[in-house]
Amino acid sequence: MSAGEIRVAIKSDQDIVLARQKGRALATELGFSAVDATFVATAISELARNILVYARKGDITLRAVQRSTRKGIEILACDDGPGIPDVPLALRDGFSTSGSLGLGLPGVRRLMDEFEITSQPGRGTTVTVKRWRQ
Amino acid sequence: MEVPILKQGQVLIATFQAALSDADLENLRRGLLQQVVRFRSRGVIVDVTAMDVMDSFASRTLREIAHMIRLRGAETVIVGIQPEVAFAMVQLGMTLEGVATALDLEEGLAYLIERFKNID
Repeated sequence: MSAGEIRVAIKSDQDIVLARQKGRALATELGFSAVDATFVATAISELARNILVYARKGDITLRAVQRSTRKGIEILACDDGPGIPDVPLALRDGFSTSGSLGLGLPGVRRLMDEFEITSQPGRGTTVTVKRWRQ
Repeated sequence: MEVPILKQGQVLIATFQAALSDADLENLRRGLLQQVVRFRSRGVIVDVTAMDVMDSFASRTLREIAHMIRLRGAETVIVGIQPEVAFAMVQLGMTLEGVATALDLEEGLAYLIERFKNID
């Protein structure tokens, strides 16, 4: 694990709170505005909850990233849960298989600047998002 | 973390702390409904000034609290949603449709008192 990388194991709802607090702290440290730090913390909360609800456990990894002179945060949400059989469908507003959420992924995509998802049924899901300092 | 619930006449005031877990929110939902019944309260103010994140779960729980309390015949006002939190909620796609909101505790109380007058 490199310096400036923070990993939070997600196993309970307390871990969701911890992960978003770490994300906000990192965003603030990197000079993000209050709005951007809140976007980062909110996205982490959604991604961590998806892990808990669908996969029961997984990891959130936070990393400071840089592209030329721009600073940003990368959030990696990783689990080895059941995976998402139809990713495009999961990215549609209002879709949910848990019967409770369904705003998670499209909402996270709107909160972030970059969004990538890979999922294999039976093997797990990895969501990588980035937010750049404005 | 327990959410303190204060009784002020016919109104209950619940003040959220920053780091509420899902379990805390569920406890609050149960606790508020019990107290509304116990004190025959007519209004509830949920003060979320200290909340720095309002994700889909928190928004949904707040909406459920307001709807349950309305079924009981009382009125709920959410006060103190921070501007950046409001921005993130809109981006996320969360709304508090059908739930009254006010700037702060004072305006929330004023709103409820006005509502009580109209009903009496």
